Amino acid sequence: MIFRGRAFLFGDDIDTDAIIPARYLTTTDPDELKKHCMEDADPGFPSQVRSGDIIVAGKNFGCGSSREHAPIAIKAAGISCVIAPSFARIFFRNSFNMGLPIFETADASKGINQGDLIEVDADSGRVTNLTTGTQFLSRPIPEFMQELIEDGGLIEHIRKRGTI
Amino acid sequence: MDRTIAEKILLEHTHTKEFSPGDIIRVNVDVALANDITAPLAIQAFEAGGTGRISRPDSIVFVLDHFTPNKDIASANQCRYVREFAKKHGIMNFYDAGRCGVEHALLPEEGLVLPGDFIIGADSHTCTYGALGAFSTGVGSTDLAAAIMTRQAWIKVPESMKFIFNGELQPWVGGKDLMLYLIGDIGVDGALYRVMEIEGRAISELDLSNRLTMSNMAIEAGGKAGIIAADEKTQDYVKPRAKRPFTVYRSDPDARYESIREYDCSLIEPQVAFPHSPENTRGISEVGEVWLDQVFIGSCTNGRIEDLRIAAGIMRGKTVARDLRCLILPATPRVFREAEDEGLIKIFLEAGAILGPPSCGPCLGGHLGILARGEKALATTNRNFVGRMGDPASDVYLCGPAVAAASAITGRISSPSEVMS
Ligand code: SF4
Repeated sequence: MIFRGRAFLFGDDIDTDAIIPARYLTTTDPDELKKHCMEDADPGFPSQVRSGDIIVAGKNFGCGSSREHAPIAIKAAGISCVIAPSFARIFFRNSFNMGLPIFETADASKGINQGDLIEVDADSGRVTNLTTGTQFLSRPIPEFMQELIEDGGLIEHIRKRGTI
Repeated sequence: MDRTIAEKILLEHTHTKEFSPGDIIRVNVDVALANDITAPLAIQAFEAGGTGRISRPDSIVFVLDHFTPNKDIASANQCRYVREFAKKHGIMNFYDAGRCGVEHALLPEEGLVLPGDFIIGADSHTCTYGALGAFSTGVGSTDLAAAIMTRQAWIKVPESMKFIFNGELQPWVGGKDLMLYLIGDIGVDGALYRVMEIEGRAISELDLSNRLTMSNMAIEAGGKAGIIAADEKTQDYVKPRAKRPFTVYRSDPDARYESIREYDCSLIEPQVAFPHSPENTRGISEVGEVWLDQVFIGSCTNGRIEDLRIAAGIMRGKTVARDLRCLILPATPRVFREAEDEGLIKIFLEAGAILGPPSCGPCLGGHLGILARGEKALATTNRNFVGRMGDPASDVYLCGPAVAAASAITGRISSPSEVMS
């Protein structure tokens, strides 16, 4: 699977309150949540993001609360995948459980500028900056998580296989 | 043998006889928890999952604590959705208005979480129960739905880090200060994916309340769990509350740790975390002059009776600073009753504090004390991210109950010894 989109850059330790502030958690509706996605980190994000775009962030992306509203809001905003050197652990689980592709790359966030056109090959883990021509390799996704993505998330996985 | 507590609990709860860090294993879940924010998504995922069957209703706990009492129509509808599901499926451990408190203060109090358990909760501070010697970790709503369906969860076997606290505790220093100090040392991703095992002479001397505060904030260092081995104090706390048997595990002497760190408590003064990160910590003597608009005492971190006793001891006979709002939310109905019986509520009201119902309330900027643009608050909570307690242009500082109470009196971040001298 290939993802292609413009890069939206964020710094280190972007927390779930920045991804979707708690004041909007009185709904689970993706269309409502996406209107406020990332707004405390970049107020222009909800209006500028287009389908297929890619979030390129610093270390420990998604730290803080366990709210699945965070990957839901990101998916609903049209983001095709997230790239960061590391992810907070609950965000990491949630993303795979819900089928939001995320890629751990040690240095991609250093070689990408806001708005660069990025291509991610999910199978090989290769990240290509089409604007500058540079390439990075992301960490391989463990087999179990590949299964989760293939099955379309954890619930579908259980439905298909009868167990986790 | 060479196993850590975490490994022993996982082995007891999984089918494999051997595993190494990094392996993904299936684990049997003793307790699965969700709240009014995360349960609705879990229920939706459960309904979408199709089987319609709950594996073990008695292992599920729902607590409507975040927006309770319901702050608006949307939150009321969310709670109603959870309430109806709980009724339909016979979920006995359902905590609604009047019985509900902040989940992580409530579950230990009710004896629902026990040493040796494997617990997941759709709330990041589920790591709190590590203080009882359990493996307890936060997950998302989909994980919770899967546990409701199968009573299982998947987990990547973590490495453990050991943190040893020795030496004499300084005046006004509690579990919160030790943990803020630790997070200041290793950073908000210093324990990412790993189990934090906390021990040492100073930890043995702490009561359960202070230990729960420490395990509560393991997630603020990125940790998967924050485990403190169950000792006699733990068993004295748990035994009268437990309604099922439990097992006490200790790490083997030659257990493997990814790293070991030691701290000397005699060098640790009361701590304050500056905006906008729990790792941004300073000792109280290095804070400088920070004037405050609001002080909040409560939350799953420091809203227990022991915290309120410390705060009342400082506020007794004194008055909250003129231009400051001081909010106090006892974490559970029982804490509220005890505070009333002990005369603490009277002390707070006479000092001019505002008492609120057991709820997460302002901790996550939900309701009951939201910050305006440019305002500064000092809170006994666990997070001070941008916008955490209200307007994105407000500032949150974190501390323990003693510094919070002292600062409510002076109007600026202050050492308790300044107020008590
Ligand atoms: S008190 Fe705060 S940290 Fe604790 S469960 Fe509630 S919102 Fe979360």
